[in-house]
Amino acid sequence: MERRRSFPDVLAGGIFVLIGGAFVVGSLNYELGTPLRMGPGYFPLLVGVILAALGLLIVGKGLVAGEVLSFGAVPWRAVGVIVVAVVFFGYSVRRLGFVPTSAVTALLITLASRQVRWLTALAVAAGLTVASTLIFVVGLQLRIPLWGPWLSF
Amino acid sequence: MDLLDNLALGFSTAFLVQNVLYCFVGVLLGTAVGVLPGIGPTATVAMLLPITFNFEPVTALIMLAGIYYGAQYGGSTTAILINLPGESSAAVTALDGHEMARQGRAGPALAAAAIGSFVAGTLATVALAVAAPPLARVALQFGPADYFSLVLFGLIVSIALARGSTLKALAMIALGVLLGMVGQDIYTGLPRFVFDQRELYGGIDFVSVAVGMFGVAEILRNLEDEQTRTAVVSRVKNLWPTREDRRRIVGPILRGTGLGSALGVLPGGGHVLASFTSYAVEKRVSKRQQEFGRGAIEGVAGPESANNAAAQTSFIPLLTLGLPAHPVMALMVGAFIVHGITPGPNVISDEPALFWGLIASMWIGNVLLVLLNLPLIGVWVRMLRIPYQVLFPMIILFAAIGTYSLSFNAYDVYAIVFFGILGYVLIKCGCEPAPLLLGFVLGPLLEENLRRALIISRGDASVFLTRPISAVFLALAVAALVVAVLPAIRRRREVVFAEDE
Repeated sequence: MERRRSFPDVLAGGIFVLIGGAFVVGSLNYELGTPLRMGPGYFPLLVGVILAALGLLIVGKGLVAGEVLSFGAVPWRAVGVIVVAVVFFGYSVRRLGFVPTSAVTALLITLASRQVRWLTALAVAAGLTVASTLIFVVGLQLRIPLWGPWLSF
Repeated sequence: MDLLDNLALGFSTAFLVQNVLYCFVGVLLGTAVGVLPGIGPTATVAMLLPITFNFEPVTALIMLAGIYYGAQYGGSTTAILINLPGESSAAVTALDGHEMARQGRAGPALAAAAIGSFVAGTLATVALAVAAPPLARVALQFGPADYFSLVLFGLIVSIALARGSTLKALAMIALGVLLGMVGQDIYTGLPRFVFDQRELYGGIDFVSVAVGMFGVAEILRNLEDEQTRTAVVSRVKNLWPTREDRRRIVGPILRGTGLGSALGVLPGGGHVLASFTSYAVEKRVSKRQQEFGRGAIEGVAGPESANNAAAQTSFIPLLTLGLPAHPVMALMVGAFIVHGITPGPNVISDEPALFWGLIASMWIGNVLLVLLNLPLIGVWVRMLRIPYQVLFPMIILFAAIGTYSLSFNAYDVYAIVFFGILGYVLIKCGCEPAPLLLGFVLGPLLEENLRRALIISRGDASVFLTRPISAVFLALAVAALVVAVLPAIRRRREVVFAEDE
């Protein structure tokens, strides 16, 4: 195989080292115990070390003989919009109520596509709000208020 | 006969009106998500899991199982018609199936897939009914050390079968195990890795991980390259295969069923491996090798039978050992637990109606699938025209609502975003998400049994080697790891999988 450096491999390995390391540091705060009677920190420490070690191996391999050569484009708009939309849903479903939250969330998500037109977005959002209200609240009797405390005067 | 009594019990449960109805709903949804690219059975089951909490346990499981094997079925339709496998196991079907469609023989290809799947599903259901009870009896003798080794073996086999880098797959498992440790420690009740957030004490919800990794991450990947899908769908006519076709598919179907039933039991990508192996076998035994890749009906019938048989028998480890062989099975563990049933060897004796009802429902589901697919093929073809701009907002919105309704905890919804992004980045770096999910589910089992085994043995770690069952599983795990890492075998593995591209 040709020797070449691979950014995605190094990135993946780096993520593993970082998360494994974080769990190692975290588990040192808990009682480790002995192998006979393992404390809450023992197993996470063990697996954390394994993950960090695997991460280092992947980084090393990525530097000399990588596998994935191109990371490809990132749809930043979609990433941003979807993060905002889903966090908005989690934060406000209790406060604004089911109907307005679903409508806003759906509208936001449709904007993740670069090709969307406003009219399509509105139509899709409206349709999805009606459908999800019918399915989840009317059909499955989910106990979420349709209109939340922020909207009751 | 015991088996007949049990099957009678099963069918009397499965034929209850609500069970047939939800079995139908399950296979219908399964076929739909199998046909639609960009959403698979894992994300669907994850989203629908909360809905099933109000059902009777057996009804819930029948529906979830229906989604799983229905999706294997639906994936082949798109593979044949537009060369777009909806499911990874249907990738092989596309090789010869789509070629047949281009020659105007889409009908016989679809029929061969449907008949093969039906025969395989029926025979594999019988295999499941025959093999599960004795296995469950064996499993009852497992101690904590044996379970630890078994789980370890399962995790390692799942990566030996998976594609891509072994190192990365191992790391994904370890990452999943670590993430599964967030929440209260099982022995001391101490909350671990919760950052003082009370909402995290119960741990990260599995549904959030599954929806994020398989739903959101997949959608982000699809949005990378937005092109209007030009689905040139061939018209389907002459559904019924000719006499010559019928003669040619008998052998492949039977061989595929046997291979699939055996390989489906393995954890991880059992059904994917089954269809690839079946294709390779058919190509080797065929007298018309030159036709493969140019529209050989054997190349459709064999793999399709194999992956459907594997979909049925992959329930064996779940029902007898409580071990999920596939991310969808892992979700079904959640469904069992919500209803107060611990999946494992005791299910068969404690909940016979549920156990046999689920098995019988799979046969009913296979009948429903044939009825759904052959006459209604036009409907599924039309579904392919749903624009993605409608589809992906629906998936994300329903995922958010479904996850929230699990326990009305906003953190479960935030977790979708976290795992969506993490999954997206890792997938782009060449890591497969399935090992992480299996690690997440099996990690707590691994820790619990390791600690329990060492307490029982008074800290003597040699217990894992002196107990014969445990020693065998550990030896097998080491063997599987060697197989996955050895370069010579690795190269051959890549040859097998390269045909996928």
